[in-house]
Amino acid sequence: MKDLQPIQGAAHQDLKHDSAIKQVQGRADYTDDIAEPIGTLHAYLGVSTVTHANIRGMDLSRVRAAPGVVTVLTAEDVPGVNDVSPTGRHDEPVFPTGKVEFHGQPMFAVIAESRDAARRAADLADVDYEVLPHALDPVSAQDAGMPLVTDPLKLERGDVSQGFEDATHRISGQMVVGGQDHMYLEGHIAFAIPGEDDDVIVHCSTQHPSEAQHMVAHVLGVPNNAVVVNVRRMGGGFGGKESQMNLFCAVAAMGAKKLNRPVKIRPDRDQDMSATGKRHDFVIDYDLGFDDEGRIQAVESQFAARCGYSSDLSGPVTDRALFHADNAYYYPNVRLTSRPQKTNTVSNTAFRGFGGPQGAVAAERMIEEIAYKLGKDPLEVRKTNFYGDETDGRNVTPYHQTVEDNVIGRLVEELEESADYQARRKAIVEENAKGGIIRRGIALTPVKFGISFTATWYNQAGSLIHVYNDGSIHLNHGGTEMGQGLNTKVAQVVAEAFQVDFNRIKITKTTTEKVPNTSATAASSGTDLNGMAALDAAEQIKARLVKFAAESRGMSEDAVSFHPNHLRIGEEVIAFDAFIKEAYMARVQLSAAGFYKTPKIHWDRANGTGRPFYYFSYGASCSEVAIDTLTGEYRVERTDILHDVGRSLNPVLDKGQVEGAFIQGMGWLTTEELWWDDAGRLRTHAPSTYKIPLASDRPRQFNVELADWSENREMTIKRSKAVGEPPFVLGISVLEALSMAVASVDDYRTCPRLEAPATPERVLMAVERLKAKG
Amino acid sequence: MTNQTDIRFLLNGEEKTASEVNATLTLLDYLRIEERLTGTKEGCAEGDCGACTVLVGRLQNGVLKYETVNACIRFLASLNGCHIVTIEHLSGPKGRLHPVQQAMVDFHGSQCGFCTPGFVMSLYALWMENPQPTTHEVETAVQGNLCRCTGYEPIVKAALAVNQYGTPANDHLTQIRKEVTSRLQALQPTTRIETGPEDDRAILPLDVADLAQVLAEHPKATIVAGSTDVGLWVTKFMRPISPVVFISHLEELKSITLTDDALTIGAGVTYSESQAAMRESFPHLGEYWDRIAGWQVRNMGTIGGNIANGSPIGDTPPVLISLGAEVTLQSASGTRTLSLEDFFIDYGKQDREAGDFVASIRIPRAKSGQIDAAYKISKRRDEDISSVAAGISVTVDNDIITSARLAFGGMAATPKRASNAEAALVGQSWGSAAFDAAAKALAQDFSPLTDWRASADYRQLVASNLLRRFHLEHDTANDAPVRLAIA
Repeated sequence: MKDLQPIQGAAHQDLKHDSAIKQVQGRADYTDDIAEPIGTLHAYLGVSTVTHANIRGMDLSRVRAAPGVVTVLTAEDVPGVNDVSPTGRHDEPVFPTGKVEFHGQPMFAVIAESRDAARRAADLADVDYEVLPHALDPVSAQDAGMPLVTDPLKLERGDVSQGFEDATHRISGQMVVGGQDHMYLEGHIAFAIPGEDDDVIVHCSTQHPSEAQHMVAHVLGVPNNAVVVNVRRMGGGFGGKESQMNLFCAVAAMGAKKLNRPVKIRPDRDQDMSATGKRHDFVIDYDLGFDDEGRIQAVESQFAARCGYSSDLSGPVTDRALFHADNAYYYPNVRLTSRPQKTNTVSNTAFRGFGGPQGAVAAERMIEEIAYKLGKDPLEVRKTNFYGDETDGRNVTPYHQTVEDNVIGRLVEELEESADYQARRKAIVEENAKGGIIRRGIALTPVKFGISFTATWYNQAGSLIHVYNDGSIHLNHGGTEMGQGLNTKVAQVVAEAFQVDFNRIKITKTTTEKVPNTSATAASSGTDLNGMAALDAAEQIKARLVKFAAESRGMSEDAVSFHPNHLRIGEEVIAFDAFIKEAYMARVQLSAAGFYKTPKIHWDRANGTGRPFYYFSYGASCSEVAIDTLTGEYRVERTDILHDVGRSLNPVLDKGQVEGAFIQGMGWLTTEELWWDDAGRLRTHAPSTYKIPLASDRPRQFNVELADWSENREMTIKRSKAVGEPPFVLGISVLEALSMAVASVDDYRTCPRLEAPATPERVLMAVERLKAKG
Repeated sequence: MTNQTDIRFLLNGEEKTASEVNATLTLLDYLRIEERLTGTKEGCAEGDCGACTVLVGRLQNGVLKYETVNACIRFLASLNGCHIVTIEHLSGPKGRLHPVQQAMVDFHGSQCGFCTPGFVMSLYALWMENPQPTTHEVETAVQGNLCRCTGYEPIVKAALAVNQYGTPANDHLTQIRKEVTSRLQALQPTTRIETGPEDDRAILPLDVADLAQVLAEHPKATIVAGSTDVGLWVTKFMRPISPVVFISHLEELKSITLTDDALTIGAGVTYSESQAAMRESFPHLGEYWDRIAGWQVRNMGTIGGNIANGSPIGDTPPVLISLGAEVTLQSASGTRTLSLEDFFIDYGKQDREAGDFVASIRIPRAKSGQIDAAYKISKRRDEDISSVAAGISVTVDNDIITSARLAFGGMAATPKRASNAEAALVGQSWGSAAFDAAAKALAQDFSPLTDWRASADYRQLVASNLLRRFHLEHDTANDAPVRLAIA
């Protein structure tokens, strides 16, 4: 057996994204690239031009009469239930009937012969609005007595009032953290093709094909089995296509069934950004008690979120803000509450981190408060408050889960060393003391991120593997590919299992026809869940092959083993495809459906206790910035990252996730600003006004490493860890470094309380505020 | 002679003749819908994300030059006689990857892949022009390309490595230059081109004299040079703009003349085309020019257009006004020249009469003792519209400030000089006292607006601080850095 070359593309190897070659050639198909059948029509949404109003009347005659218009869909055309709310609260109509609740809310859809015709016609509605007062942000909405969109969560542990009583120092404050648009390069799109009976096929760009399927069925009033949802790939998702695609799928399907013609809907970028949800912004009030060492004794915080007009995923998002309000720190006495506030804005939704980053950034603000109060380096305060282990008992979270896999201390220690943090900080402090226009800051921040859907039932996955009689393998699973390399990693797992080259495996589009009742590809769980489900299917087929091999040769199953592109049966070595042919001829079943559910997890939301997370991912980043104290402009000089992905299934893809997430997190906290005018219109609704990072915004030096010693202590797929969301939180080091640079103008005597996003304007205004004090 | 009524061009390897082309048909819709070339993507339809980047090759003084453009806001009708190269044209026989593509694969430069074709096209153009770029040059070349997945690191690494995969001399487009040049020569018009239906009519004058004639015939026509602004009127606002007069092909408007006194730039000169001359004559504008939009837009947009559209936030007017630039307007009845600051009358109102077009801009060269600076403040450093832009030109004689021209964008309804601040400087000794006084006087010059780019307070404060920056930056007593280095 010695002369067999190892397989190409096994698990834990660096392997390029399986679509990379197609992508660089423009041959990778996205939904809008699918050839349109003759007769394809195009839909476009007509939207509200006021922020909050009763609809007294809606005259669509000019819309219907516009050139190329075939029909108009309104709430009255909904055959089933006029609702696409993902959590079943029935608070999100496809089209509203009595009133509109945000500027840009979809009210009807035009279907026309061309997209251009539909788009022009959609502007022609004459709506009689009875305008009502509106509230855009959580504070003014609360003042106006607007309700919560869903039940709040409370997490409580220890004795909070005693904790404050015992504390030497007490600080309270408020932090405003902005939201974020996903700005996936491919916007929303759905393309529905009608079939016989109630059938409809929807090609679209969703992270959650099963939910889209169920929503379309719900809106059409047909059983789920009539609807097929297909996703080949997305041009980015980041959470923005978890629930937000439901509306577009429903509209395309309604049109297709009504007219018996294919219908495609693709909003332009302005409509995509104004009519679909974003990352929740938060107003966080905190009360903090600590001792002279900077050790936290008590924390009480309230997290009020701008949820928008409906609940969407705001419940679990605001829950996760609380789950991560500790970031990597032990709070001995703690009370955290969420306030999922209704507002007259678009309904906010999932976005990478799912509320977690907002919780973590509040924790880091509290660390800063302590550091500036005590005149300490924030890193020292961080270390003082890190979770411990069973020996010191400082290892229980506010939700009563014991942290069993803590590696934050080691990560931070290693990064502090490799980034030369102490010497650089000293040099920066000295340089700043000269009082120049340009000031510098450095910060090293940690992340601890809980992995699993907090909706426990979501933690399941399925797969379907066919081995064809030529030995080629067809792999399908319930996850969706949005660039993260999920398909590549899952195929590596299957290649490794069968001991065949990666190229033998064809990864096909995600479709509700092959794997039913799937969960969203979200919560960083794609590989954990689908990798295990695919492995389960592979192991079933392998077991049948082993059994057949043993029986056919009259040997025990122990004599059968898989080797690169071969099987060994006793002394016999046979090529994989030759053996598959033999198995087929002997009528061995060469197809299997796999399944996986995450063990150990449970969650009691009413009491705020349980083990919502299977395990934690960890990481740390160190950023250095320079700011211009005359203009507030800044530059990230250097970032070093050390991140924990367990035993990486594909280090180069994981590193790509870490780098991309960091930059996206940095963008959230720096230049990405959502800005509404007083009338309630979002005015930053396209890349011309909404500024995500560019290549030139990258840190001038960017050193990213994976912690190669790490291994998941839980039995995850090949002992790897999730990677999608946790490194997003690493962007906080940039905000904290900016904050230090600002603090220097007051000789670090005052916590700058720099709000996010820290645009050049906010940086300059913070500088001015501190100068005025000094 | 009857006018040409179709648009003739090369698309990848094929010659195309499109008859009756609507003026507002974008190159992107033409590629994706009519030609089913779906490798070119729509990300924003406003020239900001670069997913639709393609190359356009055109003859200038008989020389073939390829540049990146945003297909989403470029109109097909403006491309008569050009060679359009899309992502589908890059791979070699049997699908062999182009050096840029291979580098992007090997360095893991694609994740979701939607921005990837656009990046490949931008990097292709960079490699052809500059096969061994610095990191800063790569970043400048992809200012107009957004990626939301990778964080750019692998893309930059790929760009720096392309030349290891092949040299431009062996590139397909290099090897067929002669052939393409002669094919394009054969496509150059000999008459005016008029095409498209009455309500979406495109007119391409044969030359500048014909342009004046066309405007005399259609005084309300929309003049379109690079379409980096008008493109959005169509794609975002669906505004009717017929008839449209395209001028980007008029070589007479592309002259750049440097004399002892002044640099004169034709209205059809793009930001990219003027870059070298600007940098040479006005070194302080070198870095500033790199921060106007992204590369694709700099390849399309013109200084003439930036002036003619009268925007209060255009990047060039403040710096040109501070230098004392003049604008020459032309019409069928002749030409007239006025100072650029007088051209801007009010928001949306310029001193341009029906039938007039901007012909050229004359920028006087610096005189002895003149110190010039140009500053742009924006939320994001690159490819952003300025919150405040400033052109500062101060003449110092024997330590006395003898003249000052301070012009700002983003501070009022038009690009405007700060006369109170200027008055506070003139006659004073060079020093922080004079500039502090000028900074204070700015409050009398402007009352800016609050919008999504910046608040009124920030604009006012930054504008004042830019005067302080100017002083420190040019003060011999100061040797500490006063602004962040770019590269």
